Amino acid sequence: MAGRQIRVNINGTDHQAIVEPRLSLADFLRHELGLTGTHIGCEHGVCGICNVLIDGRSMRSCLLLAVQVDGRSVETVEGLAEGEKLHPIQEAFMDEQGLQCGFCTPGFIMSLKELLDRNPNPSEDEIKDVLGGSICRCTGYAGILRAVQSAVAKMGGGRPSLLD
Amino acid sequence: MEYASPRSLDEAIGLLSQAGVDARPMAGGTDLLVQLRTGARRPELLVDLKQIPGLCGIDCGSQGFRIGAAVSGAEIGECLPLREAWPGVVEAAELIGSTQIQGRASLGGNLCNASPAADSVPALIAAGAVCTLIGPAGRREVPVDDIVRGPGETALGEAEIIVDFRLPRPQDGTGDAYQRMIPRTEMDIAIVGAGVSVRVAESGECLACRVALGAVAARPIRVDEAAAALMGRRPDSEALEELAARASAAADPIDDKRGTRAYRTRVAGVLARRAAEEALRRAGDRWAARSQSS
Repeated sequence: MAGRQIRVNINGTDHQAIVEPRLSLADFLRHELGLTGTHIGCEHGVCGICNVLIDGRSMRSCLLLAVQVDGRSVETVEGLAEGEKLHPIQEAFMDEQGLQCGFCTPGFIMSLKELLDRNPNPSEDEIKDVLGGSICRCTGYAGILRAVQSAVAKMGGGRPSLLD
Repeated sequence: MEYASPRSLDEAIGLLSQAGVDARPMAGGTDLLVQLRTGARRPELLVDLKQIPGLCGIDCGSQGFRIGAAVSGAEIGECLPLREAWPGVVEAAELIGSTQIQGRASLGGNLCNASPAADSVPALIAAGAVCTLIGPAGRREVPVDDIVRGPGETALGEAEIIVDFRLPRPQDGTGDAYQRMIPRTEMDIAIVGAGVSVRVAESGECLACRVALGAVAARPIRVDEAAAALMGRRPDSEALEELAARASAAADPIDDKRGTRAYRTRVAGVLARRAAEEALRRAGDRWAARSQSS
């Protein structure tokens, strides 16, 4: 089985690698590059834990092959903080206890990053539509919703009244 | 397993013909990669169609729309002229999976995966969409209605792929809608899906109607007898009840963990009626907008 060469920009850094066609992007990130911030849950697209951004759009990294992102740019949760300074979405998850065990958190955060990059002032329906793509098994949705409100405010958008 | 990402249709058809049954074309891969992991499919060659210009992009012309078969649901949702013209098709495409699936998933993949419960298919059938196929024997046009034969089975020949979907510019008084029932709001499989398109006269008389149901038979089905309940009438609640009863009568679903046969049969009628009501409302709105602008 022949490996294929890929070039991919990950969190601003160019990488070249030779990968087997069957290797998923999630496994490539975690096992080949050591970027273990992307977590893997169900491995068939249902749980939404492994979301990353490809050219700014959120996608399941378990439903992509590494060869499919050749020439594209990938953003993972490791790319959000600047040094010690957390991204406003990460801060909001800490402040509002938007996580309990934290396993699902990278998936939620990357989906929300796409949403808020595209639309700094999303409606309640737009937020819930995006959140619906990931599952939290610690029943932390109330905290996650508060975190989204807080992140929207931090990033300069209006404050949606999700919990009213 | 090998992987190829051809840049042209000719190259793709060449690769698929050469490899025969061992090859599998792939658009977004959101169904196929799951099938690879479970072992349900074991292709020797994956042919990635997303790099082929003819399968990408949406053209909005004066005659109608051409939607590339590999265009993602996210791009479809952002195409405002298409949403304006065929809101039912767009809402169905946007119900596939979740936001993160829609970054990849395509109409071509949703159709060729040939699930009886595929969300975009009843809406495309109701809207009268036609797809362009290309293969070793050349090009042909086939209504979406004629593609799915049964679970996982399509009318596509060996090494034949879908290039694009065509939808006309809707005539005056046209409206379409898609309704779906699932246990979760995202990432689940339809218990029932119902697509309806109508064309009504300014008087409200129904001139044309198509009804299609998903997840209630071995393939998405067109239910002309349900559509006939509205034809030539100003659809009142009696006509809509008749449409619902005929949709339920046409349903021949399975029992599974998502819903029993009895439940799906009942819901088929309820959703067909709701989709028809929404399609009629949209058709009426179109007439209202037209009389306002003239």
